[in-house]
Order: sequence, then structure tokens, then C-alpha cells
Amino acid sequence: MTLHTLTLADLALGLERRDFSSVELTQHFLDRIARYDSAANGGLNSFITVTPERALAQAVAADAARSNGTAGLLSGIPLAQKDIFCTQGVKTTCGSKMLDSFISPYNAEVISRCDAAGLVMLGKTNMDEFAMGSSNETSYYGSVKNPWDVTRVPGGSSGGSAAAVAARLAPAASGTDTGGSIRQPAALCNLTGLKPSYGRISRWGMIAFASSLDQAGPMTQTAEDAALLLQVMAGHDAKDSTSIDHPVPDYRASLNDSLQGLRVGLPKQFFGDGLNADTAALIHAAIKEIEKLGATVVEVDLPNSGLSVPAYYVIAPAECSSNLSRFDGVRFGHRCENPKDLEDLYKRSRAEGFGAEVRRRIMIGTYALSAGYYDAYYLQAQRVRRLIKQDFDIAFQHCDVILGPTAPETAFALGAKQEDPIAMYLQDIYTIATNLAGLPGMSIPAGFVSGLPVGLQLIGPYWSESKLLNVAHRYQQVTDWHRQLPTAFA
Amino acid sequence: MALTTDQVARIAHLARLQLPSDENLRVTESLNNILGLIDQLQAANTQGIEPMAHPLDATQPLRVDRVTELNQRDAYQSIAPAVQDGCYLVPRVVE
Repeated sequence: MTLHTLTLADLALGLERRDFSSVELTQHFLDRIARYDSAANGGLNSFITVTPERALAQAVAADAARSNGTAGLLSGIPLAQKDIFCTQGVKTTCGSKMLDSFISPYNAEVISRCDAAGLVMLGKTNMDEFAMGSSNETSYYGSVKNPWDVTRVPGGSSGGSAAAVAARLAPAASGTDTGGSIRQPAALCNLTGLKPSYGRISRWGMIAFASSLDQAGPMTQTAEDAALLLQVMAGHDAKDSTSIDHPVPDYRASLNDSLQGLRVGLPKQFFGDGLNADTAALIHAAIKEIEKLGATVVEVDLPNSGLSVPAYYVIAPAECSSNLSRFDGVRFGHRCENPKDLEDLYKRSRAEGFGAEVRRRIMIGTYALSAGYYDAYYLQAQRVRRLIKQDFDIAFQHCDVILGPTAPETAFALGAKQEDPIAMYLQDIYTIATNLAGLPGMSIPAGFVSGLPVGLQLIGPYWSESKLLNVAHRYQQVTDWHRQLPTAFA
Repeated sequence: MALTTDQVARIAHLARLQLPSDENLRVTESLNNILGLIDQLQAANTQGIEPMAHPLDATQPLRVDRVTELNQRDAYQSIAPAVQDGCYLVPRVVE
């Protein structure tokens, strides 16, 4: 059986032709999860919760819909959901001890839309606690192994989703990206990952980390699959007041558009000293390939991009300190034993429920917002945020898409940066600016350094998801990096 | 702007996080490393630049003031750590 090597587009065709049923397909992936994922047996640990009963019930329903002619394009195709999306009746942890007992009473909009499309949820994937991390090592449920080298991290925070798809334990997965959490793990695990424009996908029921930066998106094997999954996820939702009512195009319609005359911008700031030389060589080779498809290259300037990491580590913690104040041990989530008074209940429940990185960011944010420091930190960071956005506005007067590396290096060893938050933060040095500016960004496979995947990043103007998918798809028509599988999971 | 251990204890209190005194020094050091990174912002010239809260400078949409939510108290309280008679239980606040 090679069902697991098929893309979403292939699977849709196979289901339509009755080559296999959704129940067969779903069981195949559940079997692979059972075989490869158990942490107790040295597996990947990419899932926090597997939901076989829910999955098989959805598969039966999808097969029935197929027989009576009511199935949609993706009906019956399995996928994995990041454990940040509230799922009714299913444990939803956000990778935290705080929510270890949390059975969500409602569905995130992303879950509702995937359910409505007939997609079959295999389970909930591992992630850095509250999406704060770049290696998946801050998860209360343990780190996740990179299928390309199980001694290395899969990236984060959507590390479970990335590892699950890379090992083909799921044909696709959802992720979320606040500072690079879809794109960096996609790069480290040889996937196609898309962070759409801010406001494109509803954040309703997506547990908030930094509300002005968080955005959900697809993590898939190909750009075509990303287009298919984005089509399901995207669109206005009145329940999320930051969701934007902007038309959703047919993302597959423009995949094959010609790249003749495409202007590609290369920011010199993305090719400086911090970039690993072997990674840089592959990125330059990928850009040459895109030039061969008809694109021309121009140098662009993002003079303030060096300030994106510092600005982010004010804005994201500030928003997190506010968002995470809801976890108080009163209405849901972890509560400490025998609180002596209300303050003790709050303080111990939160200190016990949150891990070290989450506590660190809450404290940074609390400080940045506190009286006397608000102007110097928070407002200054927001001013720098505007400078960063203005840099992009100017750059996109000279180019249609910006290309560069997704991450400064390939997957690093488990534990290598765990004691050094700053080194970990710098993993997102090329991805954070797009979140600050609200722009869509994408990572696609661009080759291997010593057997480890490298990701090419594409950044476009607001609402340019179709263009990014188009460039990625055309590149994937002339390369086969995205088709490579880690041999242990083939 | 390096933090002192006293300031860190104060921040932990504001954030309602218990911080054992034997951890304070380590946490202070770690926060100061991050503040060292953040302090690069002070060098940026932001004269005349408006703070940016939203990439599209969008404002909150308004809707008609009408009840749209169903009462789901029982469902929500079923996952609470402690409830009684439809109320959430916490330690006594007023003696």
C-alpha cells in the first residue's frame, strides 16, 4: 500500500474513482500513526491525541456522501489538526499542562470548516506550549522527532504537524504561525507551508497567543495541496472580529500561470552573515530555477528587518501576557491543590500550569506593558512595526514577490538550543517580519544539506496567496525536492 | 534597563505567577538577556511614526446590539475545576 505517498489532489482523484474508500484510507493512516508515533516505543510523538473513533465515523459519513453524490472535492481525506484548535468533545491542550484536562465545549472555525468539507480528522498534533517556541521542545507532552533525522528537532511551534506530514502519518495538517511557526517547521521537515495574510482565516477557537500576529494555514506536500486546503480554511467569519471580509479567489485556478515577467526581490538583509553557507547556496540555486521560468531578479532593501526580532519580543509577549490572563484556575484548565486564598489559587495554578518559556514571555509582556515602561517598550515596538511594514510597501513597488531563506540553518539537534532562548528566537529571523507586517509568507522545499531539508521562503503583498502558490507550484513542476521522503517512513 | 530581583518579584506578582525565591535570580538573568535583545529598539529613529496596532489599520466592526449567544452554562461549567449551584467556586474572598 502506498496510499500515504499520495497528495491531497491524488487522494481526491482516487476517492472519486473509487480506487479506495475513505474508511480504508483513514485506517491506513491510523495504522501508520500506531506504528510510528508512540513516544513510549521511541516513535515521533507528533500527535498529542489520536481520535480513531471520530475519524472512522467521519470516514463512514464521507463514503456515504460519496455514494449518494453529495461528497465535496476533499470529502473523506484525512488530515491532522494542530492542538491549538478547539475541537468539540476532544481534548485540546495547546501543548500545555494548563489545558491537560480541557475537553473543548465548542469547535474552532477552522475545525468546523474542515468538518463541513468532509475532511477526516485523525487527531491533534503536538506543538510548543501555547505556540511559543521554534523546536517543539516547550511542549508539556514532550519533544517531537524530525523524521529526517530523529536526533533533531522538527522546528516549531507547529512541529507535530510538520513531523506527522513529513513521515506521511497524515497527508496534510493545519498549523498556525505567529512568528514563523508554519514556515520554519515546514522548512525543517521538507514541506510546503503557507501563512496567509492576517485576517484571511478565522481565529475563532484558535487558542490565542499574540492576537495581532496569529494566523492559521496549511502544511502540505505540495503547493497544489496548500491551495486546496487554504480554499477550505479561508473566508470571512463574523465570530472573529479581526477576520477580514475580502473575496476568496479560486486558489487552484492560477497555479499554472506563467512566471514570465515576474519580478523577484532579494533583500540583501536575508543573505547576511547569519545565514549558513550551504543553505545560501541552495537558496541561490532555487532562485536561478525561478529565473529560468521567466522571472527577473532585483535587489530590494528591508533596512529595518534587523529590528523585527526585538520588536516581536515586545509585541508578542505583551499580547500573550494579556491573552493568557484568562487561565486563572477558575473556569477551566489546571487548578492547584488546596489554595489558601484567591491570590494563591491564581498564582500557584498559573505557575504550575505554565512551562518556563510561557512564564518568561508572560513576565516580559507584563513588564513591557507596565506603568513607566509602556512608551519605551510597547509603543516603540509598535512604531518599529510600522517602519517594517513601510519597508515592505516600498520593496513591493519594485517586485511582485520576495524570495529568501526560511530559516538560517537546517534542523538542529534536540536540546541544542533549549537553554538559550535568544539563540532559539533567532531561528525566526527571516520569518517574523511578515507577521509584523501582516503579509502572506510561504516555505517550500529547496534541497538538502547533509540529508536535511532546506526551505525557500516566498513573501508577497497583502492578499497575494494566489501569486505565492503560483510561483511555488511552477517551481515544483520543475523540481522534485518536495517529492523526497525520509527513507525510514517511505 | 536591567531588572533587579525585586523588580522581577513585582512583575511575577502583577502577572499572578508564583515565583519561588530560589528561582528568582535565574529568572532575572534570563529576562535580562531578553531585554538586552529588546533594547536594540531604543536605537531606532521613530520620530513622527505612528504606532501600528493592526497591519490594515482596521477598526473593530460593530454589530446590532442583539442577543446572539445561547445559554450554555451547563456545558461550560462541566469542564470547570469546581462549581456549585451554577456558580464557579473559589476560596472565600470576604470573611
